[in-house]
Amino acid sequence: MNKINYLLLALLFCGGWACEKDSDFLTRSPAQTLTTEQALGDAAQVESILSNLYSRQFSIVRLNDWGTFADFNEVYVAANDGATNNWHNNNSWGWNGTNGYWGTWDYGYIREMNLFIQRMPQATIPENLIRTYTAEARYLRAAYYYELAKLFGGVPIILEPLTYDFSGDPTYLQVPRSTEAEIYDFVIQEATELATLLPVNSSGKSRATAGAALAMKAQAAVYAGSLARYGATTPSVTLGDGVIGIPESRAEGYYTTALEAAQRIIDGEVGDYSLYLKDPNNLSENFAALFYDKNANPEVIYQEEYLLKFKTHGYTVSNQPRFGAEEEEGGAMNPSLNLAQSFELLDNTFAPFPTVDDAGNPIYYDEQEDIFANRDARLGGTIILPGSTFKGRPVDIWAGVRLADGEIVTGNERGQLRELPGSNVPQQVVGFDGPLEGTVQNAVTGFYVRKYLDPTPGSGQRGNQSDVSRIQYRFGEILLIAAEAAFELGDPATAADYMNRVRERAGFTIPLTPDEITFDRIVHERRVEFALEGQYYMDLKRFRIAHEVFDGAAMDLEGLKSNLGSATKRSTQPWGLWPYKVYDPGSPNDGKWYYTEVLPSRVTAADTWQLGNYYSNINNDILANNPALLRQPLQ
Amino acid sequence: MKTTFRFLTILLAGTLLLACEKDNFDAPSANLTGRLLYEGEPIYLEYNRVSYQLYQDGFGKTGPIGSTFTPEGEFSHQLFNGEYKMVIPPGQGPFVALRNASDQPDTIMIDLRGNQNLDIEVTPYWRIRDAQLNAGEGRVSSTFGLEQIATGNSAREVESATLYVSKTAFANTQTNIATAGIAGGDITDMNNISLSVGIPEIRPTQNYVFASIGVKFVGVDDLIFSATERLDF
Repeated sequence: MNKINYLLLALLFCGGWACEKDSDFLTRSPAQTLTTEQALGDAAQVESILSNLYSRQFSIVRLNDWGTFADFNEVYVAANDGATNNWHNNNSWGWNGTNGYWGTWDYGYIREMNLFIQRMPQATIPENLIRTYTAEARYLRAAYYYELAKLFGGVPIILEPLTYDFSGDPTYLQVPRSTEAEIYDFVIQEATELATLLPVNSSGKSRATAGAALAMKAQAAVYAGSLARYGATTPSVTLGDGVIGIPESRAEGYYTTALEAAQRIIDGEVGDYSLYLKDPNNLSENFAALFYDKNANPEVIYQEEYLLKFKTHGYTVSNQPRFGAEEEEGGAMNPSLNLAQSFELLDNTFAPFPTVDDAGNPIYYDEQEDIFANRDARLGGTIILPGSTFKGRPVDIWAGVRLADGEIVTGNERGQLRELPGSNVPQQVVGFDGPLEGTVQNAVTGFYVRKYLDPTPGSGQRGNQSDVSRIQYRFGEILLIAAEAAFELGDPATAADYMNRVRERAGFTIPLTPDEITFDRIVHERRVEFALEGQYYMDLKRFRIAHEVFDGAAMDLEGLKSNLGSATKRSTQPWGLWPYKVYDPGSPNDGKWYYTEVLPSRVTAADTWQLGNYYSNINNDILANNPALLRQPLQ
Repeated sequence: MKTTFRFLTILLAGTLLLACEKDNFDAPSANLTGRLLYEGEPIYLEYNRVSYQLYQDGFGKTGPIGSTFTPEGEFSHQLFNGEYKMVIPPGQGPFVALRNASDQPDTIMIDLRGNQNLDIEVTPYWRIRDAQLNAGEGRVSSTFGLEQIATGNSAREVESATLYVSKTAFANTQTNIATAGIAGGDITDMNNISLSVGIPEIRPTQNYVFASIGVKFVGVDDLIFSATERLDF
């Protein structure tokens, strides 16, 4: 009986299906893909395609991958043993950088942007939206070509989606590389047009605006100008007929373009941007807040936006101070003494941190932070210093206790307790944040990263993470671009004006005079203002100073502390600065602090920048697919 | 028990059957070896720095296989017989790039039939003459001369000369325990340069070190070295 029921049921099903006509079945439209007409028929739909293009914008530094910020000995990497070895046990960089961070070659992305731009006229959405969306896609395309130019020099410029005709001969698709000047010209040209097509909207930070286009133009022009001017100092770093290398004669033109574009932003022509100064009474705190304040931040021109629950990153999780962290993790990157000591004194002079007096005896400080007094406010805004606080909690960074007889007592665990002479109660002999020699995830150099760290509760939890956005262009950089361009055009007075505005926000009260503006000053100001933001990589390359900064020679203490402020100062190894507490009851120094410079023992190599590192590698697969491409030089 | 046995039988049969299939290719067996020479003298380099590329056309993709010269300037490959093209990319090595008549990077054609030894004659910018390395009284000292070889457009100035001391046979910029250098501009007599450096404490103790002299040229990445010598003390 049961069997018959099943049979009937089965028959019913068969009949049910068979009822549909074959022709209907075969012409049914797919439910999971949209036709071009459907995709372009609805404004929300078009916007979702555009937002996909936004989500794929490339940057050499990315907050969701802290390692991209970790190079050039500005930090010591202490995330785990493997990472430490990766950064500090080998001398040279691969042609595509550590972990391949200096590489991208996504012509698939370019093709999709080209398709989007090509098809927008067919869209059945309001005319003004078509115009803006097209302009935004063109902005993203120019931005991607700009990133390629920074890494590779000239690359093939393809502005139409290419289609293969299956004729067996793909040569018409094999586009050779443009010259380096052509690709910068393309970016500048697009940005100039887009500045008139995109909306003027200084409160829209994460979508392309006229301000963002002009900022890109100013930066691209100043980069191209410096490549033209300083590229001449490394004549072997050239390729083909300008595929790498811009003629020196073009430098002046590029600098003029950069200055003009930057001045338009500074004069408020494309929206109301200004330096972030919500907390003028605490300039360090103010500088740190510039990077996490997402509420009407007047300095941000364009950013890669993160938003809780949708797109978050673990930068804070990885780099937060370890003691009392919201996760048993932190301290992945420890800023080096090399970086910390390059922040100037407030009288505009350079000086290493005073650790010993002229006779070589340690200098004692009542409070830990006293050694950092009277410095550039950006020091405390960029780096978490011993004796400072994060999320309202003081960090606990000290390396050990020095007894009356000079013996140093320390531990091998964070916050270890030991008995000290004259007392049988165990006392803490090392900070809960380290530094602990040869270990990971504490302040191995004596410092933690402050910039981009999110003070919001929960930002240090893996399940929650942070939504601090990565700033691509900010007003401070526009001022420094204007200063650099003016200086290169022989107008140090204007350069000093612009640079002093940035320095005033950092707490400097004595303005620099035009005579004091030098090449070294420009390079230095960019290094400290944009420390751990990513600009340093391109600055090392475009000023052609990387092979002098990373010359492969190990650093001694004397070398570390001398020659500060020079653009070509050697920085082949990351050093640290360790605080010690004096334990000597009855002596006037009891409870005071002194500091010692240390080279972490895990740093076994001294970095060498090879001339072939100035441009990233175009790999063999790409070269094999397109024989028209030239191989990169010196690799 | 029975099931296990049956499975084992099947497994064994399967293995045997698969193993029956013959491998399709013989392994490459022709050895291509060679070294860089200048007037019959070897050129010493740094490991992992000076690269070369080997191309073989006719198999679809045109990408090279390649590697770097050993510190003795040698290279070796085990290859299939066939026609190869060898290229030392311009800018590699402390010697003048090989150029053909039309100023393109010169290609060395290799028709490989069995083992072949290929010595490549190159012109170094300068060469290290009469290098004397000695160890004693806790120091390594050296005297040597420099002779300019490349002239005209391809001439390069000496940027620096450095004495490298190492625990191992690799004594160069990447591996060393002590160095002493002199800038090119500070050299008064190119025929008679002296450098010396103290030997730091070595743990575990060893009563010998290795030393070599490296010379860097302006605008050239790779250094030219003298032969690494073992020095007992």
